[in-house]
Amino acid sequence: MHLRMAWRNVWRNRRRSLLTMAAIAFACALLVFMLSFQFGAYEAMINTAVKVHTGYFQVQAPGYQEKREVRRVVENPAAVVRCLDTIPDVTAHTFRANAFSLASSEDRTYGISVTGIDPAREPGVSTIQTLVREGMFLEPGDGPAALVGALLARNLRVGVGDDVTLLGQGRDGSIAATVVTVKGTFSSGQDDFDRSALYIPLDYFQELYAMRGAVHEVVGVTPSIWAVPAVERRLAMDLERLSREKKTQPLAVLDWKALMPGLAQGIYLDLVSGLIFYLMLIIVVAFSIMNTFLMAIFERTREFGVLMAMGTTTGRLTRLLLTESMMMTLMGMAAGMLLGSAVTLYFEAVGIDFGSAADILRQYGISGRMHPVLTAPSLLIGPLLVCFITFWAALWPALRVRRLNPVEAMTHV
Amino acid sequence: MTLRMAWRNLWRNSRRTMVILTAVAVGVFSMIFIGALMAGVGEQMIRTSIATLVGSLQIHQHGYRDDPVVENTMEDPSEPQAALASVRMPDARWSRRVRVSAVAGNARHSAGVSLVGIEPEREAAVSFIGGAVTEGRGLSPGDPYGILVGRALVGTFETRVGRKLVLMSQAADGEMASRAFTIAGVFRAELEATEKQFVFVSLAAAQEMLGLGEGVSEIAVLLPDGADPDPVARALAAALPERYEILTWRELLPMLTAYIEMNDTFTAIWYLVVFIAMGFGIINTLLMAVFERMREFGLMRALGMTPGGIVREVLVESGLLLAIGMAAGNALAVAAVAAIGENGIDLSAFAAGVEYAGMPRVIYPALSFAGALEANLTVWVLGLIVSLYPALKAARITPVSAMARV
Repeated sequence: MHLRMAWRNVWRNRRRSLLTMAAIAFACALLVFMLSFQFGAYEAMINTAVKVHTGYFQVQAPGYQEKREVRRVVENPAAVVRCLDTIPDVTAHTFRANAFSLASSEDRTYGISVTGIDPAREPGVSTIQTLVREGMFLEPGDGPAALVGALLARNLRVGVGDDVTLLGQGRDGSIAATVVTVKGTFSSGQDDFDRSALYIPLDYFQELYAMRGAVHEVVGVTPSIWAVPAVERRLAMDLERLSREKKTQPLAVLDWKALMPGLAQGIYLDLVSGLIFYLMLIIVVAFSIMNTFLMAIFERTREFGVLMAMGTTTGRLTRLLLTESMMMTLMGMAAGMLLGSAVTLYFEAVGIDFGSAADILRQYGISGRMHPVLTAPSLLIGPLLVCFITFWAALWPALRVRRLNPVEAMTHV
Repeated sequence: MTLRMAWRNLWRNSRRTMVILTAVAVGVFSMIFIGALMAGVGEQMIRTSIATLVGSLQIHQHGYRDDPVVENTMEDPSEPQAALASVRMPDARWSRRVRVSAVAGNARHSAGVSLVGIEPEREAAVSFIGGAVTEGRGLSPGDPYGILVGRALVGTFETRVGRKLVLMSQAADGEMASRAFTIAGVFRAELEATEKQFVFVSLAAAQEMLGLGEGVSEIAVLLPDGADPDPVARALAAALPERYEILTWRELLPMLTAYIEMNDTFTAIWYLVVFIAMGFGIINTLLMAVFERMREFGLMRALGMTPGGIVREVLVESGLLLAIGMAAGNALAVAAVAAIGENGIDLSAFAAGVEYAGMPRVIYPALSFAGALEANLTVWVLGLIVSLYPALKAARITPVSAMARV
């Protein structure tokens, strides 16, 4: 009865109700699309970052993350792997070691970061193999071979088959010097990285930099970023037990956020500023539709007077009005979510071309076309926010009926 | 007459008018305020980049930009210097530099850096380094062994003022040159990346270390704030032989230029989105106002008013409504910008994220007349266009049907 009355009242002035619902639908559709767009961008950025650079989490010697000194090593990586193997959510892992070195070709010298990788296990953890542009990826058993960032190769003026001289300092302070042959070049699209990265096989790295079997990073992968916190907790416990047995300082477990604090905070900042924008937008919409609710009540003052004279309580009238406005909000939300999802799904399939801005986005790991991703949070957060705010916008007019007096209301023109 | 009628009509239902005015005011406020924030971020990024050694424009040997190595230096800078003197540039300042990539190292650490040889007294007027030294002292002209190092680099190198730092780089003859410097001062910069990337020595020390003689890598020119670098660049290009290349900051920083364009597009989209949200409310309110008064419009028609007259009447009313809302929105935005302008919005809580995005740490909104005008015009013009719908509805009424309405 209550619902049927509200439903009929909504359609008494069709044009007005439709316009109001259109405003709500517009806000909802826009928010669904924008949030899906933002989440899609974040996902692409995080994926590129974890898959090209850091992995989902790493085990390092304490202090290595800040100082990146050759001597801060994971002494016994095999023991860490034994811990990792007992955690089912760790799907792959590998070792890496890094050292700052001078790389020289015949006529150029640059200071760069040399990284030792395990050619057999690295493809399970990172996408470096798929980024190879010329030549080949490293293979197990390779000796003095190198995979070089495309911009570094250009700066050094070397190509596949050319020699590069590396000069650095070993773990024990000894001079590490060698000549490696360029086996391939890779391009991630992130200029800073492509300008300063050079990979050599881990075995060879350990020999060259006198690592004595130690590594700098044990890199792990989980099925998604959401599985990382649980793995991190479990691993930290295991590592602490291990260190108590051996009476050494426990190794540090760092998740992708700790490994790339800029990325995580950048995303957070973008999300917060986005929400402030959306809130302003919703407030504009709320004021626009508050008028509709308010007008509907003025027009019907006589009617409310009659209803009250017949014994309807003001509480019931307020409920009726709120039901009407919530009906409109819900219909608008539904339409907006449908429209927003349709637009989002279309662009999710087709992608959005950013034209000249694509170069900027590539530096943040979004290559080529940008794909929004429709997820439950991106579908629901915006519309729920709209619903919440319109409820308050509708409450004020609805409460005004309580001030009505049946006799005066009935004589209202 | 029309105006006075419209004004009175607006206040016949003051509550309704107030509510829609609030919607317009909030909308216009958010447009101008967010536009000012975006413009502020953009302007600060440009200013920081220009101060971080880019300048308004630079003169190089052709090929230096693609391959910034010691071979691509200008062997005799007197030619471009003469050209700079001949081109009339009021209040422009310029400075010569040697800039090469090098390796900095001490006993425990080493890292790749950009070694910049500067003329301290001239450089102070061109780039940030003049006022950036927070510990120790600045360089003196021709300083043979002093070096300025960024705060972040001092941290990772675990060193301090007075300690040694060895620099290695390729010299003009192709051999590796190395030279030990003493840290004279520590500088701070807007971005940590800048503090890690650059180390400064005197021009003479760099030339001697690299065996360059009188050669320099670049001449950076700083024009006064707001001056357009393009005509100066054209004049310099005309005055100099082919082997020199003159690039303005827009060409030197293609990423930043693209970012600014992206910002502008985003602001325009935001204007449109806010307007659409507002537009629904404007149409609805006007429609209600029109429908309530159908009898009145019928009467006016019966008294001889043309349909065009009624359209004008409704449009003047909505134009007035928009104007008041816009005035309030503008006032709010100006007040907000003025309130924030003093201290800015401090994003230090997101320091690492701000650094990652290359944004300034404290945002100062920049209210521009053009931006505000654009926002106001969007609202005003589009607002009147959507008001046409209720206006035409009102004009279509015939006296007979209107009088018959209850």
